[in-house]
Formats: sequence, structure tokens, C-alpha cells
Amino acid sequence: MSCWIIDHLWLIPAVPFAASLVILSLPNGRHKSAALVAVAGQIAALVMSFFAFLATLQVSGFRAVQNFTWFTFGDHALRLGWLLDPLAAAMLTMITLVGLCIFVFSIGYMAGDKNFVRFFAYLLFFSGAMLGLVISNSLLLLFICWELVGLASYLLIGFWIERPSAAAAAKKAFITTRIGDLGFFLGLLWLYGRSGTLLFYDGGNGCLESAGLAMLGASAVSVALLIFCGAVGKSGQFPLHVWLPDAMEGPTPVSALIHAATMVAAGVFLVARVYPIFSLGAIDGVTSSLTVVVWIGVITALMAALIAIAQADIKRILAYSTVSQLGLMMVSLGVGGVAAGMMHLLAHGFFKALLFLGAGSVIHGCHGEQDIRKMGGLRRLMPATFATYAIGMMALSGVPLFFSGGWTKEEILHVTAHWPASRLPYYFLLAGVVLTALYMTRQIIYVFFGDGRAASQHAHESPRVMTMPLIVLASCAILFSVVLTPAWPWLHHYLTDEPAHFEFARLIQPTLFLSLVLVGAGVALGIGMYRKAGAQDRQRPADTDPLEFAQPELFRFLENKMWIDEFYTRTVIAFSWMSARLSDWMDRHFWDRLVRGFGAVGQLFGTFTTTVDERGINAGVDETTVGTRALGRLMAAAHSGQIQTYLAVIAIGVLALLLFYAWLA
Amino acid sequence: MVGLISALILIPLVGALALFAAPEKNARSTALLVNALAALDALVLWRHFDIGAAGIQLVERHAWIPAIGAEYLVGIDGLSLLLVLLTSLIIPFAFLAQRMDRGFCALMLIMQSALYGTFTAQNFVLWFLFYEMSLIPAFLLIKICGGENRDRAAMKFFLYTFLGSVAMLLGFLGIYLARGSFDFATLAGLGKNGLLTGKLAWLAFAGIFLGLAVKVPLFPFHTWLPDAYESAPTGVSMVLTGLLSKMGVYGFVRLLLPLFPNEIRIIGPWLLALAISSIVFAPLAAWAQSDLKRMVAYLSVNHLGYCMLGLFAVGASSVGAAIDTQAALSGVFTQIFNHGITAAALFYLVGLLEQRRGLRGIDDFGGLMQRTPLLCGWMSVAMFSSLGLPGLNGFIGEFLIFKGSFAIAASFTAIAVIGLLVTAIVFVRAMQALFSGPLAESCSAFSDLLPREQAAIIPVTLLMFAIGLAPQFIFNIFNATVVQMARLFS
Amino acid sequence: MTPTLQVFLIVSAALFSAGLLAALSRRHAIFILIGIEMMLAAANLNFIAFWRFGPQSQPPTGVMIAIFSIAIAAAEAAVGLALVIAVYLHYRTTNVDHLDQLKG
Repeated sequence: MSCWIIDHLWLIPAVPFAASLVILSLPNGRHKSAALVAVAGQIAALVMSFFAFLATLQVSGFRAVQNFTWFTFGDHALRLGWLLDPLAAAMLTMITLVGLCIFVFSIGYMAGDKNFVRFFAYLLFFSGAMLGLVISNSLLLLFICWELVGLASYLLIGFWIERPSAAAAAKKAFITTRIGDLGFFLGLLWLYGRSGTLLFYDGGNGCLESAGLAMLGASAVSVALLIFCGAVGKSGQFPLHVWLPDAMEGPTPVSALIHAATMVAAGVFLVARVYPIFSLGAIDGVTSSLTVVVWIGVITALMAALIAIAQADIKRILAYSTVSQLGLMMVSLGVGGVAAGMMHLLAHGFFKALLFLGAGSVIHGCHGEQDIRKMGGLRRLMPATFATYAIGMMALSGVPLFFSGGWTKEEILHVTAHWPASRLPYYFLLAGVVLTALYMTRQIIYVFFGDGRAASQHAHESPRVMTMPLIVLASCAILFSVVLTPAWPWLHHYLTDEPAHFEFARLIQPTLFLSLVLVGAGVALGIGMYRKAGAQDRQRPADTDPLEFAQPELFRFLENKMWIDEFYTRTVIAFSWMSARLSDWMDRHFWDRLVRGFGAVGQLFGTFTTTVDERGINAGVDETTVGTRALGRLMAAAHSGQIQTYLAVIAIGVLALLLFYAWLA
Repeated sequence: MVGLISALILIPLVGALALFAAPEKNARSTALLVNALAALDALVLWRHFDIGAAGIQLVERHAWIPAIGAEYLVGIDGLSLLLVLLTSLIIPFAFLAQRMDRGFCALMLIMQSALYGTFTAQNFVLWFLFYEMSLIPAFLLIKICGGENRDRAAMKFFLYTFLGSVAMLLGFLGIYLARGSFDFATLAGLGKNGLLTGKLAWLAFAGIFLGLAVKVPLFPFHTWLPDAYESAPTGVSMVLTGLLSKMGVYGFVRLLLPLFPNEIRIIGPWLLALAISSIVFAPLAAWAQSDLKRMVAYLSVNHLGYCMLGLFAVGASSVGAAIDTQAALSGVFTQIFNHGITAAALFYLVGLLEQRRGLRGIDDFGGLMQRTPLLCGWMSVAMFSSLGLPGLNGFIGEFLIFKGSFAIAASFTAIAVIGLLVTAIVFVRAMQALFSGPLAESCSAFSDLLPREQAAIIPVTLLMFAIGLAPQFIFNIFNATVVQMARLFS
Repeated sequence: MTPTLQVFLIVSAALFSAGLLAALSRRHAIFILIGIEMMLAAANLNFIAFWRFGPQSQPPTGVMIAIFSIAIAAAEAAVGLALVIAVYLHYRTTNVDHLDQLKG
């Protein structure tokens, strides 16, 4: 089976695609069959992914490549390919596993929706595209899948089509990510032009192999930065992060799958995949492109964490948390910790999906309410959700020892601390860790502790079909730690092709204590600030956030997402719309006039020649005719017909001649 | 098989006459029957076409007016075949788009014949005859069957294109007087070393360029297009955008590039700037339109701008590597085909909306997805194809054009990607306005796609998927031609 | 008083003037014809006079011309009278003032 799947890698994305088509052709009411096909398709993908994963374990440094010709233009073949290596296999397993949990959860969550069938078709479409993305052996194939996951994201954000806000969010997501994608596209073209192939690995001729990289030369920095634009758009990095929080308009399973666990991580995966281009010509592990990655990551991580503190929507808090964590991964990649970044990505996939599904369960229980200030006391009403959510929260905050997020975060802090270029990112990340613990504590306190408020009075625990995936994901979030610890850093070594040895002594590292202190500080600060958040506390009214009470300006600044959206609306969007209007105006009034102006010159010339013709030439001919006629009339008058008159004239003439002759003589 | 091409040209003409023998109410079905014959002929042509051989094939040559070098000379290479197939596809599609009376059908068939002629003629006089022959039915169709402002639009269309044609004719007379030939192949052979010299070369170039630029149309000669497409009936809009604009692009490939390589190289950056203007300003203008048909019309300018970008990039550089030249040319050819089917499909779908609502402003609709999911679904596919989503046909052409152009003229191509972004904005905005939100009251009685409408749109959409996923069959048609042409330019 | 050339010429001129006057002033076509005959007679007289007072190298020349002239005049008178009669028959008048059909 393992060998077979290596030769048929294409089946992994193809099965979900096919299942998607099958579901799409179902009539609208067939909820059960749709759910069945979806889950079956996803299980098939999971099984194949698992076998593919097993295959990669056989040898260290495993890499299976299957290239094929897509089409031939002129006499050049455009080749694409599939690739299975530890990076791809790890992603495959995470995506299919998380995906399956979310599919099952969706069956319960979307039960009442009239477009249930379409929802699963879209989800499977997404799943197929995402799986294709991670096993692409060609930047072009990766780009194709990249755009397709973007399409799936667009369709799913705008899934509740009758809501104008959902349609607007979908539009925003599509266009914002496309801005980044255009950079990616240019980078791809540049890379293609330079190295003559877009295949990553092609028996030594691929663009990530030494020969291809050598051809890339000095343009590697530009290519890397352009490709990074795509990652910035897709992974919600500053300054293109604005779409991701709005994307929460989509159904919660979608937020969990696409906008937390998988698609948004594709940017990080992309950077990891083409890392040789980023690190080409590195001195001491630092290149200018990687430095950009680090700083973008730092800005994003810190900014998003700050904004998350002042948000009231349960999903938006998680969305900003996602943005922040993705920034963290970017920093890790930028400072050289590819394995650390990818480990965090995988761990994040599990616990962030868990958190989103937990949030979905909460929203489901609270009958659609998303404002955390209206919840409270759900600890007792929704115990399963609470327990799993708490696990997710601790994993996200990076509580050491038992939670996967803690280990990966420590690893990232570790590599960042050793970045030769600057220590600053390290300090910023430390602040980020505190902030993460703070906003998660705030959220937990608001939602699950205290007394029940407006929306949580009649809350109920979700059905088993929804809690089971939560429990599975929570176990993953904890058990995943096993392969992450420094004592047995199996995943790290799996990703970097080194054999792993068990050594218990390495379990306790200095970073562990630092991490413990930081998370403890964050949680303590959170408890201190928000202990009585939902209730009245001295002068503070119950519906006012403690931070808002203490620092109204700061709170408003953060609540309004640092006014970045407003800034874009006033500048970039206003400018684009102005240019659109200008183009239209130019078209109607300038270009048309200009071309017609040339026509008018011709017309003027025509008028001129007409005038010359009528007034000059034509009139001249007329006058000649008239003159001739008048002369004729005059002459005719002399011909009186009187013979005697003629005779008299002759006589006078002769006489005159005679006189003239006489005068001459 | 000799005679296939002549038959192709004659079938629609004879069909147009035959229409008047059949009863009036059967006009459209008769026309469709004629089209089935023509399509069959085109398929046989495809079968007999040797895809491995470059150069003109299946040539038919007869003396016509020897005194002025005019011959009846028709033949096809890969590009011609591609366009013949496109014509055989778009015209029946257009026939399915709307009700039409006998005169309408006859004019469409005459136009079809002219299109076949234009794409197969290999002698300038013959080519020009067909080229102009297509103009008159188009003019009459807009003038007689058009919507509001049809007189003005028809006149504008006619004057622009006709003046362009006159300029082109003058240019060609100049060439004939200097070189004594109207034969495309002969002239292309001479073109490599400079067909004409000095001022005459520039005058002839300017004349032919103007004629073709108006036809394509290239910015800033495009202002007739939104008016004409807007006023024309749906079926005519489809043919105008799907085929008539291709005559201009075809002319650029067949005439301007081979005949004036030096001139194009000299003013290459300016030409590229015009192409970029088409690519950037047209979708911006489309964004500001509220009329759906005008919007699609402007996006046509944008898509043809990509073709021009690829061609001018090829022409402007003498140092392009073979792979880049071939990529750009292949991209242009694919884009010609893709834009033909996609833009025609978009006009068709807008036409369906217009039939249901009576209006076609972007704000006249809302929430259609709840009422007409099938219509919205197929329309979304056409829109995504047009904005270049991978997996659909639009991406293939645009990718290759950008690949080729970027390697040759990087900075221009980098600006051109703005066009891709703005196109996306335009379509996503349209989708938001039309499909989502609460169902507009005026649309609450809409019927979803009827079976006959599905029969028209689904094959075309499947073709979009086919080209997007496995495009080899399209490339097979013109690969040999591309290789040969690329050799000409580098 | 000896007859000299002058005397003949004066008589001839007078005769011619009288004829011309008649041709110009009379309204009746026959009188105009008579005027013309008188002018011819004046011309004949001149021929005879110049012959009589000339060098006389070829004796009969002047007389010969005069005889010819008289013959032509007779013929002309016949044609002229015939025309007058034809005109009269057609127009019922011979007053030349009314005969202006040839006016331009």
C-alpha cells in the first residue's frame, strides 16, 4: 500500500475532488448521502495520507517525485509533478486528520442549513485543493492549488449568501489575497525565466536543486520576496492581514478548517517549501529576504496579539490569534528555524481547529451569539466544550510540558534567540507570548466563568457528533507533544532528515522555565484584570471591559483594529475607485473626444473644400456661363433681321474704311 | 482534400440564400443546420490538417485578377485552423442566444462566411475583401436589431472600423507599388530584411497598424467598442467580441509582425505602453460601469490587451529566447480561443439576465443565488474563467503570455498584473451585487436555466474546463505554427 | 467742255449714291432691287469710263466686263424678282420692315 500510494500520489487530492463533484450533483435535500460521501472521501484521503506518511518513514531523507508533462507549447514541455517528502507527508496527515474532525463536526453544526449539500461540496473541494497544494512538486501546480484554495475560501466565507456582510467579507478576502498572489505570480514568472523550470525537484535539474539555484543567482532575493508576497496575502501577514478577521463571517467549521488550521498556514508552508531560494547566498543564516520575513512576522505577531485583547467577538479573537501565531511561524522561518516553524504550524493546526470548533460549539449552544460579553458561566452548562477549550487555550498560550503548543513555542523562542542579525525579534516574541496568554485568559474568563449573562442563560451542550471531534482534537493537541519534546525531538529530526535519539536529560531546558514564567505572567495578569470582568466592579459598569475602563483611548485604538481598515478605505481603496472613475471619464470624454477630434479635423477640411468648391470654382463656372449668355443676347440684338439695317452698317463700314485709308494716305 | 476550405466559405453563403426558400419561422433552425454542416466541414478540415507540419496547408489557388496580383488563395496553418474552429463554435452559440428573424439569420450567415474567408485567405486582396465583407452585416445588425442608441453606435462602429480599413488599404497599396505582391507568404519572406525603406515604410506601417488597432481594439482606439457591444443584440455582441475582434489580432500576427519587424522593434516600447494601457485602464473603466454589457465589453478590451502585450513583446525584442517567444505566441493563440468562448459565454449569460429582467444594470439584480442557482453557478464559472482562475481556460493563456512577456519585457509585464487584479475586483464585485444579499423583489419571479439554455451554455463551459485542465489538444493545433513563427521573430 | 474721266466718275458716284440711297431707304423690295440695279449701272459706267480713258492695250476688255456685268445683273434681277414674288405669296407683303425672320 505504501509503495502503491507513492506512485499514485495524485489520488490524494483527486479523491476529495471527485467526492466534491459527486456531492454537487446530488439534489439539494440529500443531507445524509452528502455527509456520507464527504466523510468517506475524507477518510479515503486520510488513509492514503497515512500510508504516504508511513512510506516516508522507510528511509531517512525520503523524497519521492513524480513528474509529468502537462502540455507542450511550441517545442517546450511544461512539466508539473507530485512530491512526497517529510514536509508534505506531515502536512498531509495533519490536514486530513483535522479535516475529518471538522467534517464530522459540521454534520452537527450545519444540520439545519438548507444548503447543507453545497457546503460539503465546497469543503471537499477545498480539501482536495489543499492536499494538492502540499504535494505539489512544481511552483506552478502549487500556485494553481493555491488559487483553488483561495476560491474555496471565497465560496465558503460567502456561504451564507443572503447576508450582505458575508458577501462583502468574501470579496475582501478574495481581492486582498489576490494582491499578494500577483506578487507570487510575478515571482513565479521570474523564477521560471531564470531557472527554466518550475519543478522543485527533478533529478538535479529542479529549481530548488543546486543547478537551478545557481542559475537564479542574484535575483534570488527579488524572487523570494515576490513569492513571499503570496504568503503574506494568504497567511494574513501585515499589511494584508485585514481579510482574515472578516473571513469569520463564514460558518465556524470553515473558520476552523480554512482560516485557522490549513489554508492560512499555506503561506508558511510555501516559504518552507521554497526555503532554498530564501536562504540562497546566506551569510551566517541571514539573507535580506529572510530578514524581511522576520520583521513582517514580528510586526504581525505583536500587532495581532494586541488587537485580540480588545475584541469582543469570540471568533475574531481567535482570528487575530491565528494571525499572530502565523506571524510567529514566519519569524521562526526567517531566523532559520524551518523545522520549528513547521512544527508550530502542525501543532497550531490541531489546537486552533480545536479552539474554533469549541467556539463553534459555544456559538451553537448560545443560539448564534458570538459576543463574549454576553456569555459567561458556560463552564457548568457545557462541560465537554469547556474542558476541550481549556486544553486548546493552554496549548495556544504555550503552557509548557503537557501541551504541544508549549514545546513548539519554546523551540521558536530558542531559534529566535540565536538569530545573529538582531536580538529584538526575540524580545518582541517574549512580549507576544505574554499577550497571547493574556487574551486567551480574558476570553476563557468571559465565556466560561462568572455568572450566566444574556446569551448563556439557556445554553446547552452540543450533540455528541460535535463534541467527539473536540475530544479527538484535544487529545491530538496533548499527544502531539510526544514527538515534539527535546528529549525525543522526533518530528524535528523527521523534518530535517536526522535520526532522533531519546535522551531524557534534554527534556528540561532553560527556555522551559522562561516560558513558564512568561505564560504564568500572562495568565496571572489576565486573571488579575478580568477576574470580575462580566460583573460590576467598584465604579466600573458591568458591560464595560476592564481595559476600556482603565485606558479608554488605548482600548478604542485596539478595538478598531488600529484603524488599519479605515486607513485602507481612505487611501488604497479610495484611490483605486478614483482611478476607476477617472478611467471611465477619460474614456467617455477624453479618448473618445480625441479620436472624434481627429474626425472633426477631417470634417473641417471637408467643409473648407466644399466652400472653395461652391464659392470659388462652381461660382466661376456659373459666372462664365451667365456672361456668355448676356453677350450672346447683346449680339443677337444687332441681328434685327432688317436687311436694310445690315446694308446701312456695311455702307457705314465701307465709308469708314475709305476714310481710314484716306487718312493713312 | 482540396475544396474543403472553399466549401467552408460557401456553405454559409449558400445557406443564407437557402433561408429565403424555407418558411420564415424555420429560419433559425435552418441556420443552425447550415452551421452544423459548416462545423462538420471544419472538423473534417481538422482531421486532414497535419499538425506536425508548419506552414500553410490544404492550399487552393486560382487566378483571379492577375493584373493587380490578386489571386484566390486560401489555406490554413495552425492559427487559421484554430480560428476556423472558434468560428464554427461561436456562431451556433450566438444563434442559440436569442430569437431572430430571417434577415437577422441571413446576415449572421454572411458574416460567418466572411469570417471563414478572413481566417483562411492568404492573399491581401482576397483577405481584405472578406475583412470588409464582415463589416457590413455587423453594421446592419446593430443598426436594425440593436437596442437604445443603435443608430449612433452603428455609425460609430462603422466609421471607426471603416476608416481604419481605408488606412490599411492605403498602406497595402504602398507595399504593392513598392514590392509588387499581395501574397502574404511572399511579403513575409521579404519582411525579414525590411519590406520598405524610409518614410514609405513608416506610412505603410502606420496605415496597417491603425486599421488593425481599431479592429482589435487597442487603447485608445477602443471607444467605439463599449457603445457597439452595448447596443448590439446579444447574439451579435457575442460574435463581435468572440470573432470580429480576433480578426484584428489575427491581422497583427499575420501581417504587421512579419511585414514590419524593424519598425515594431523601434517603437516597441510605445506599442507595449498602449497594450499596458488597454490592460490597466479598460478594467478600471469596467469597474465604474453599472451596465453589465458595458462592463463585459470593457473587460474584452482588457483581455485583448493581453494578446497585444504578448505580440508586442515578441515583436519588440530581438533577443528573446525561443522558449519565451514560443510561450508568448502560444499564450496569445490560446488567449484568442479562450477569450472567444469566455466572452461569448458572458455575453450570453448577461443576455439571459436581460431577457428575464428587461434591464441589465448591475443594481437591477440581487440575491439571484437563492432563486437561480444554476444560472449563477455557470455564470460564476464564466467569470472565474475570465479573471484567470487556474483550472479554467483563462489561466493557461494568461500564464503563457505573462511568462513570455515577463522574460522579454519585465517592467511592462509587472505593470500588466494590475490588470489581473482589477479584473478580479470587477468580477467579484459583480458577483456580490448579482448573486448574494437578499433576493431583490424584481428578481423573485425569475426562472432558472431552461433546458435549451443549459444545452447552449454547458458544452461551452465544459470546454473551458477541458482547456483549463488538459489543454494539450488546443496546443496540438498550433504548436508547429508557433515554432515556425518564433523562428521568424528571433 | 471735253468729256474727262472726272465727269464720268462724278456721274457714276452720283448714280451709285442714288442707288444706295434707294436700297437703304425704300420699304418696297422691288424698289430695293431697282436701287441695286442702279448701283450695278454705276459700276458698269466706271468700267467703261476707265476702259475709255485707260492705256487701251487690249481694246475690248472694259466693254466685255460691262456686258458680263449686265448679264449677271439681268439674271440677278430675275432671281430677285422671283424671290420677291415668293415672299409676297408667303407673307402677303413686300415691305422689308416686316421681313425680319432672320433676326437673332
